[in-house]
Amino acid sequence: MGSAAPDDRPDVASDAEPDIEALRTVQNSPRFRALKRRHRLFVLPATGLCLAWYLAYVLTAGYAPQVFATPVAGSMNLGMVWGLAQVATTFAVTMLYVWYANKHLDPAAAEIRAELEPVLAGAGAGANGARA
Amino acid sequence: MSAAILVQASTASTSPGDPILNIAIFGAFVAVTMVIVFRASRNNKTASDYYAAGRSFTGGQNGSAIAGDYLSAASFLGIVGAIAINGYDGFLYSIGFLVAWVVALLVVAELLRNTGKFTMGDVLAFRLRQRPVRIAAAISTLVVSFFYLLAQMAGAGGLVSLLLGIDERIGQSVVIAVVGALMILYVLVGGMKGTTWVQIIKAVLLIAGAGVMTVWVLAINGFSFPALLDAAVATTGNPAILEPGLQYGLSDVTRLDFLSLGLALVLGTAALPHVLMRFYTVPTAKEARKSVVWAIWLIGIFYVFTLVLGYGAAALIGPEAIAAAPGGANSAAPLLAFELGGPVLLGIISAVAFATILAVVAGLTITAAASFSHDVYASVIKKGKASPQQEVKVARITVVVIGLVAIVGGIGANGQNVAFLVALAFAVAASANLPTIVYSLFWKGFTTRGALWSMYGGLTTAIVLIALSPVVSGGERSMIPGADFAIFPLSNPGIVSIPLAFLLGWLGSVLERRRESSDKQTEMEVRSLTGVGAEKATAH
Repeated sequence: MGSAAPDDRPDVASDAEPDIEALRTVQNSPRFRALKRRHRLFVLPATGLCLAWYLAYVLTAGYAPQVFATPVAGSMNLGMVWGLAQVATTFAVTMLYVWYANKHLDPAAAEIRAELEPVLAGAGAGANGARA
Repeated sequence: MSAAILVQASTASTSPGDPILNIAIFGAFVAVTMVIVFRASRNNKTASDYYAAGRSFTGGQNGSAIAGDYLSAASFLGIVGAIAINGYDGFLYSIGFLVAWVVALLVVAELLRNTGKFTMGDVLAFRLRQRPVRIAAAISTLVVSFFYLLAQMAGAGGLVSLLLGIDERIGQSVVIAVVGALMILYVLVGGMKGTTWVQIIKAVLLIAGAGVMTVWVLAINGFSFPALLDAAVATTGNPAILEPGLQYGLSDVTRLDFLSLGLALVLGTAALPHVLMRFYTVPTAKEARKSVVWAIWLIGIFYVFTLVLGYGAAALIGPEAIAAAPGGANSAAPLLAFELGGPVLLGIISAVAFATILAVVAGLTITAAASFSHDVYASVIKKGKASPQQEVKVARITVVVIGLVAIVGGIGANGQNVAFLVALAFAVAASANLPTIVYSLFWKGFTTRGALWSMYGGLTTAIVLIALSPVVSGGERSMIPGADFAIFPLSNPGIVSIPLAFLLGWLGSVLERRRESSDKQTEMEVRSLTGVGAEKATAH
């Protein structure tokens, strides 16, 4: 029962004014720019490809259903295989992103956070003191 | 969609199982969850506890809760029934619900967890002008939650006749009121913590129940999926159930309609306010990522189960028998449970279906209440000067009001064709919320005017197009059967409203002279990617 620090500041996101100079320095640093680039390099193409892959599936189902009827093995047709492949690719992209984020995003983010957080805590202590 | 499919066949007579047993098993679920909710609520002290469960859930727990929040009765009864009767098209429908989570995982979950606090409005208004954007975010949240909630509550009425054998309108209304009252109690007492536990327990029961039935169906067919398909074709005498087209492939309009629906599903999921709010219940962005990974696995496996169960129902019971049963397509899963495990398995599956509605409406209600209290009351009316105690009090009052509205609305909509409401909720979320979320996170030049144009434009377009579509007038199954003002041919507005909302967001931003604070942009960008200054878990 942690009644020690009930958080009494108003619950609005914009309540604390952090040290903007420190943040801007980070934003312009090569390390942060590299993190941002690596994040977008994965996230944007992966989202686009998944959406395109899904759109191709839906369009084929609607406008070329005979393609889906192509037999693959016995009663399994191409539509069934493609549908299950949608599930499989969703799982694959998920695990690929987890691997990528663990390897290429989290360490850089943690490093920047570890350096920046003491600076911000010092500067914003007045407005933002209740944070544990 | 659940609701409507359910309601469609409310001419029902009797349940195939034992209604007393069904009620007893559901009663046990309510009793167990109530104890857990009361225990969990003892630690509810701050606003963060009430809205975000103290940000203390693990990724695995939250992922299960997301699955519990997302897999509505429609996913289970509706999709199994759709596959049993229409074959492949039901499966096609379920794929969109799963692929959508890629957007949530890659684009939304972590960045949102890092920048926001309790609601979607926190993120949308982060670097824009607070008052107008928060009001727009709250309106959109309330509209989406209301549509979704109404569909679930009306669906409860249809379930009652199917599972409890109650056919009179008055009896169904009583059950809807009981479901609503239970939901109010859970959310009032348990807050986000209680709601989350209800969702976790329900997800485990639902997925385990579907899993047992899936293994059972496969065992009957020698653990061969092709053998199951052969059996389904043999029973139905219709090889077309293995191909698309039975439900959606009738004409150019229905094809375009499905494309529109597919777009709304795949882009709307990551912008549903009750899904977004779940990302705040974990301590870090990394746990938010783990939550979505868990959710994707659970939801994906579940939809594969529904594929087996759908064809299993087609093989073992047959589409004619299902369509003729009380509840129509929705009776496929319950009838299959009865066929496999008799009244006991049917009782369990029925209880799970009710638990499903309960968990989903609880999640919607706390989201809507948090948005009203946090975005409208605390941020706009009190201009950020409300204490957390006042804010939580307003949230609790809102929960009761929303619960009562949901009960009255659910009773009123019982028997109406409200299937389009869930699809509309996805379309509104994809149109009103997603463009603003994406632009805020990824485009420096986005402005308040862009956000307002996009949100109000997307919201209004989606609703007006639905009002002018065949679901409201001009068709045999329209809401207003006599009238015909359906000048928009599609029953899902997504294909028009989503691109339009993206366009309006861009246009509004480039036309606005006034620039947004670059300080806030800096803060948001650094914070979203590194987690610096993100909300911390409360220590208990």
